[in-house]
Formats: sequence, structure tokens, C-alpha cells
Amino acid sequence: MSIKLTTPLTEAKIKDLKIGDEILLSGIIYTARDSAHQKFIDLLDEKKELPFDPVGSVIFYVGPSPAQPGQAIGAAGPTTSYRMDPFANEMMEVGVKGMIGKGARSQEVIDGMKKYCGVYFGATGGAAALLSKSVVEAEVIAFEELGPEAVRRLVVKDMPLIVINDCYGNDLYVEGRKEWEEK
Amino acid sequence: MRKIQVNEITKIIKKLSMEASIIANDQLIKKIEESVKIEESSVGKAVLKQLLRNIEISKTDKTPICQDTGFTVVFMDIGQDVSFVGGSLEDAVNKGVGEGYVEAYLRKSIILDPISNPRNSNNNTPAILHTHIVEGDKVKITVLPKGGGAENMSRIKMLKPADGIEGIKNFVIETVKNAGGNPCPPTVIGVGIGGTFDYVAYLAKKAIMRDFGDRNKDKQVAKYEVEWLEEINKLGIGPAGLGGKVTSLDLFIEVYPRHIATYPVAVNIQCNANRKKSIVL
Repeated sequence: MSIKLTTPLTEAKIKDLKIGDEILLSGIIYTARDSAHQKFIDLLDEKKELPFDPVGSVIFYVGPSPAQPGQAIGAAGPTTSYRMDPFANEMMEVGVKGMIGKGARSQEVIDGMKKYCGVYFGATGGAAALLSKSVVEAEVIAFEELGPEAVRRLVVKDMPLIVINDCYGNDLYVEGRKEWEEK
Repeated sequence: MRKIQVNEITKIIKKLSMEASIIANDQLIKKIEESVKIEESSVGKAVLKQLLRNIEISKTDKTPICQDTGFTVVFMDIGQDVSFVGGSLEDAVNKGVGEGYVEAYLRKSIILDPISNPRNSNNNTPAILHTHIVEGDKVKITVLPKGGGAENMSRIKMLKPADGIEGIKNFVIETVKNAGGNPCPPTVIGVGIGGTFDYVAYLAKKAIMRDFGDRNKDKQVAKYEVEWLEEINKLGIGPAGLGGKVTSLDLFIEVYPRHIATYPVAVNIQCNANRKKSIVL
């Protein structure tokens, strides 16, 4: 059974989540990857505002392909998350609650999710056409010059995700593998 | 001498670039369908079914299979009795890639200055072009869009001859293990053994062009392909890295003679989309 979840995320909502939970996420989320994160951190260092309200927000690590006429967005699957590890704790410190991507996070980020009550969702890498179906609206809100790396505000409906890291320090990549590894 | 107009090459490269990112190979579909039956983990099965559904949607909607439509790698086996006329072959290839990526709404992921200025080329060029001169008057072209996520998990190492084939095997298995869910498993593994530092990486990339089950002609090498794939599928990584039996769909090894002092190995990981389209002219 999938859990329906709506943004913005609160501590109460996140505390109910545990690794392996299948999620259908709806509401507003923001896209950002390598270059956009670097720019976010530069803004925070200069004590300037981010181009979106980070409190309770969810960031999707994605650089979508261009939308065809009539589409909200092109293919939109997750990019590999470890590249955003150097920025993730600082983003959670200012209020980001959820991250969507693929691949394992560093121990620092897993500890960060415990400290700031955050959650990391996995989306299936390679299922980009399927995931694009859950994006209802998309609009570039910052750094348009970055092309696929621009920051977009997305409205999503029932985006299929799975909880990889909960706010209790657990990791589905570690636990999931244990059951199937043949020594 | 057989003459081929380079504008023909542009048209072909354009078509192959567009198709490779949007229409999955029948072979891949069959392989994933078989994997659904093999996979015992329920979450792993669900991921594989998502991939099959994704392939259907991308074909129907003409939406790329994956948003990362890659660095466009083009392999050309050029018969030595062929002469290209009407312009530069390299320009013709890049023109085809550029036109295909723009027309099919594929993502443009190439930054022209890798160091200081993140300016996008806006048409995914230049491509990486590997040409190889062969006998005859045919030209074989393969377009292989290579995503960044799986490319980042690929590795190369100059082993000592004393490390032997066990050292090579351990490096291959360790590379896949460390990559975990990052390169979008179930993956395809290309291994290069021998040659020089640069050539071994080329061999690993060439290996992922092979079709599923197309074993190396050297029986001993073919045996390694089967055995190492089995070991990889015991790692437990599974589809999307969430745990399971299907971590890689196939493993291919390409070998070349080596220098007495060196034992190079390269592992090129290809993601589950396994995009490639070929044609023989």
C-alpha cells in the first residue's frame, strides 16, 4: 500500500516515514542539481534569499529534457544524489525537508537527516518518461541560463517514490542489499 | 572506390540519435521481461515493471527513455575502399547529432569549456567519434548516447602483471559493488583488458556495444563473462539498488595484447536504458 503525502513536509509527517515506504507525492516541489546548488550556497553565504521558500520544501535532483508542445515537462528522472551531498546539510539547515534522487548519500547527509528531521526519497533511475507523467505543471523560477539545470517549480500529482533514508538514520540501500547478498 | 556523400551520414546520424534515446531495443525489452521472472525481490520486480512501462510511454509519447540523453558516442567501422565526399566527415556527424537532439527535444548536456565557463553547446555537440578502418567497402555506424550517472561510476586501473586475472576480476566486481544504485541498475558491464591506458578504456566502451548473449569468441574470455556476471548478481544490489538478484543484465569483455610491464583494466558501466542503434551502409 502506498502512502499519500503532500508538500510542504512537516516534522510530524516525516517522523511517520520509514525506509521502504512507498510514497505517492503531491504538491509543489523544486528542481535543482549541481550548478543550482552551488548558486544556492553562494546566496546563503551572502545572506541573500533563495529563489523559493525552503521551509518544508522538497528538492528533486533532476535536469529534465525539454518539453514538447503540449507537455508540462520532458523526461524527468532523478540524477545521482551524491553530487549534492556537499550542499544537502546546509539546505536542510534553512528548512529543506525532502530530497528526491537516486543512489546512496554520505554518512554526513544521513546524520543531517537525523539532525534536521529530513527524508530522502528514491525515484527509479531510468523511468524518466513514466515520472514525467506525474508532473502537472512546470515553470522555471531561477537561473534560466543553466538550461536543464535551471531551478523549476513543479506541481506533481502522485509521483511514485520510495523512502531510502528516514529521519532515524536508516538506509534502504544497506538494508535492502543485506537480504539478497550471497556470501 | 565507393563514394558516400557526407550529407547521407548526417541524415543517418540524426535518425539514429533520435531513435536511440526514444525507442528501446527489442532485445532490451525481452531481457527486462526475462528479468522480471528471475527477480525474487518484490521491490526489484516492481522497479523492472516500471522500466517496462517507461519504455512503452516513451515510445508512445516520443519522450526520451531517460532525461539524460547522454554524451553522444559514435562508432564508425569504415571500409578502406570507401571515400567520403562533399565535406568533412566529422562535421557531418556533429551536424546529424545537433539536428537530431534539437528536433527530438532531447536534453543538451554538453558544456563547451570544461573548466571555466559552463556554456552549453545547445545541441549536444560535439559528439565523441571513434573511427576504425576495416577491410571492404561497407560502413557500420553505431550511435550510443552515454549518460553521466553510469559513466561516473566507471573506472580504470593499471594493475601489475603479478595481480593476474584474479586481480582483474576483483577490480571489476569491486567497481560494480561500489557503484551500488548510482548507475541505474540493472546495468550492462563493459570490461577492457590489455592495450594501453587510453586503449583499454576504449575497449570497455566497445564492449557495451555488443548484443545480449553475444559472447567473446575466445572461449576462456567468454567463460569469464558468464562467471563474473554470476558473481555480480550475487552482490544483492538489485534493480535500482534496492536489493535483489538482478544487478546486471550482461557483462562483455574485450581484450587486446598488453606490454610485458602492464596489465590495464577498465570497467565501463552502462545504465538500464542500454541505448544504442546501429546501421550498416
